[in-house]
Amino acid sequence: MKRRGVFYFSVMAALLLAVGLGQSWNVALGIINLCLISAIMALGVNMQWGYAGLFNVGIMGFTALGGLTAVLVSMPPVTEAWSAGGRGIALAFLSLVATVVAIIIARRLVPPLFKIWITIVIVILGFLLIRVFYEPAVEQIEAINPAHTGYLGGFNLPIVLSWFLGGVVAAGAAWLIGKISLGLRADYLAIATLGISEIIIAVLKYEEWLSRGVKNVTGLPRPVPYEVDLMAADWFINLTAWFHADVTDAASIFVKLCYAGLFLIMLAAIMWLAERALRSPWGRMMRAIRDNRDAANAMGKDVTWRHLQVFVLGCAVCGIAGAMLTTLDGQLTPSSYIPLRYTFLIWVMVIIGGSGNNWGAVLGGFIIWFLWIEAEPLGNWLMRMITLFMEDGFWLKDHLIAGAAYTRLVLMGAILLVVMRFAPKGLIPEK
Amino acid sequence: MDVLNALVLFANFVVVPATAYGAQLALGALGITLIFGILRFANFAHGELMSFGTMATILLTWFLQAQGAGIAPLPTALLALPLGIVAAIAAALATDRAVYRFYRHKRANPIIFAIVSVGVMFVMAGLIRIIIGPDDQSFADGARFLIRAQEFRQVTGLKEGLAIKQSQLITVSIAVIVVLLLFWFLQKTRSGKAMRAYSDNEDLALLSGIDPDRVVTIAWIITATLATIAGVLYGLDKTYKPFIFLQLLLPIFAAAILGGIGQPVGAILGGFVVAFSEVMVTYAYKKFFSYLGPEGWAPDGLVQLLSTDYKFAVSFIILVAVLLIRPTGIIRGRVL
Repeated sequence: MKRRGVFYFSVMAALLLAVGLGQSWNVALGIINLCLISAIMALGVNMQWGYAGLFNVGIMGFTALGGLTAVLVSMPPVTEAWSAGGRGIALAFLSLVATVVAIIIARRLVPPLFKIWITIVIVILGFLLIRVFYEPAVEQIEAINPAHTGYLGGFNLPIVLSWFLGGVVAAGAAWLIGKISLGLRADYLAIATLGISEIIIAVLKYEEWLSRGVKNVTGLPRPVPYEVDLMAADWFINLTAWFHADVTDAASIFVKLCYAGLFLIMLAAIMWLAERALRSPWGRMMRAIRDNRDAANAMGKDVTWRHLQVFVLGCAVCGIAGAMLTTLDGQLTPSSYIPLRYTFLIWVMVIIGGSGNNWGAVLGGFIIWFLWIEAEPLGNWLMRMITLFMEDGFWLKDHLIAGAAYTRLVLMGAILLVVMRFAPKGLIPEK
Repeated sequence: MDVLNALVLFANFVVVPATAYGAQLALGALGITLIFGILRFANFAHGELMSFGTMATILLTWFLQAQGAGIAPLPTALLALPLGIVAAIAAALATDRAVYRFYRHKRANPIIFAIVSVGVMFVMAGLIRIIIGPDDQSFADGARFLIRAQEFRQVTGLKEGLAIKQSQLITVSIAVIVVLLLFWFLQKTRSGKAMRAYSDNEDLALLSGIDPDRVVTIAWIITATLATIAGVLYGLDKTYKPFIFLQLLLPIFAAAILGGIGQPVGAILGGFVVAFSEVMVTYAYKKFFSYLGPEGWAPDGLVQLLSTDYKFAVSFIILVAVLLIRPTGIIRGRVL
């Protein structure tokens, strides 16, 4: 069993090495960095699916929340916007809190028959109250220097802090959605998470006062040095001379290595915690619930509450990965979040790696991200082979070559189907 | 007079579009609910099945248009629709044989089915994008309007016009015909009764000699037919974009769950409730209220409950409300 895992990881390392030697180290490190982030996302999903059998189709949303947190933590605040609309936003937020509190109190006081009606009435009143404060505030904020800011900005804190806060924010959203849809059967959780992720993306896209929307936030501060500074630093120039390397290339590689180091630390820490959890009594209980819900329930385990726990934990991990991803990109582009890439691809990673096994999830993250990137040249090559016998300029040839990029979707689907059918336990099965 | 103007305005911007959209959602939700009822899983590939059938129809429509064949003033797509349906049925049955049958015979957990359907979704999405490309495709032809806003204004002398697009009338009439046929099939024919029995109690149905493979085949045929029709009507009414079908999945699921899983009548009801709420909540009522109020008065804001950007939030809120208040749906379905 262990040998199998070591074998697969060595193959993976060899592949990455081949890219480094064959293409360039820059490309290889670029892939590795995203592999590391993917592995963390896969770990989060593996907690939900592998430990507890929960089908979460909203990974994209929780990743995006992590990304938003990265912006809110690290960007400098826009003081004019705060003074113009900060009060309105705060009042709107207070009204939201007041509405929620009012609903909770009212539901305790009235007889069950009227509970729904009183809730509806308070929701509508609260909604109107929030809009009174909210709309003018948003208008004022978005009017301030819309080409450069037009949003509230962040708190000017180190961006690495957002990796943890991103997890906390994602966990909060997960708690809310889990509270509603857990306890019913698994399909409902899937559909509810699909919905919440679309809404989170919609908020990111259209709430410009918060995230600048589709205007994107660029130039996020970095936790690692900038290439330009490196190229001007004496010690770095001496270092590259030592290696006989090109300074520009070396700077880019150095930055990527720094990221890789940080990501590796995060992955190792989460992995260690995940393994500890899996081997603890808590992990055994989760698997018992997964394998036989009724029996676990009969043993006095509160199934819904435990599911909520593991759901929140898994989403928190996805939020962490999302914040890391935005840090690596250096920008938040809400329109780049599409479910095929951010939700369903992660699922392929977990399934192929071996659900229930953390090492499997990490391996899956590496393999699938590697394939996702390398599928493009592969697809191009495939289409050229298919169209080899066709004349140049023939419409079908051009059409097929233009569509080559989408062979990666077919490839991912095929991998998922084949693994589910012939090796449902994945490459590194659960013990 | 002003009340009339307000009503016409409301009909033009809310009732007519929501009815057409509701019919499209209802057809989609019927497919989801049938697969829920017979195969007992949430089919995430349903959107792509709609997309696939629509794509086949579009390709054939282009071919027909190039040949000069058409049934003007009706859109050529209607002529191509039957073959598009056949293509979708072929795709659905092929995936069933290649993918789902294995798990069915193993009696796998519904979640396994759902995950497998994600794989099917990937493959189909990739194929569709390779074949027709990821961009907008227009294939609507024929007469565009049945009633033009201007003509309506001239005839009635009202300030507001009512426009009805041909695609909207076609959508509603085809939906009515299809739904009637479906109910006739489910209620009156032997196969339809077998399907209902199978959906109601699988073991008892097997005991009375109902062939499960036959029931499943029929379910896929009906689902693929409904999906293609829904997709083509949506495409005629709005536009065809491959990525829109993943987004349509949410309102369709919401409609199916709201109506009650496995309940065809519920799916139709759910489709219209979702469509009407979506359009009504995102419509700006400013003009509507200014007609109803005193002369020369108009509300300050747009009087829009939710911006159109959040129309998906509406189906989600409906979904959440159903899960919280009545998980069985309007018409008691299964609690999955």
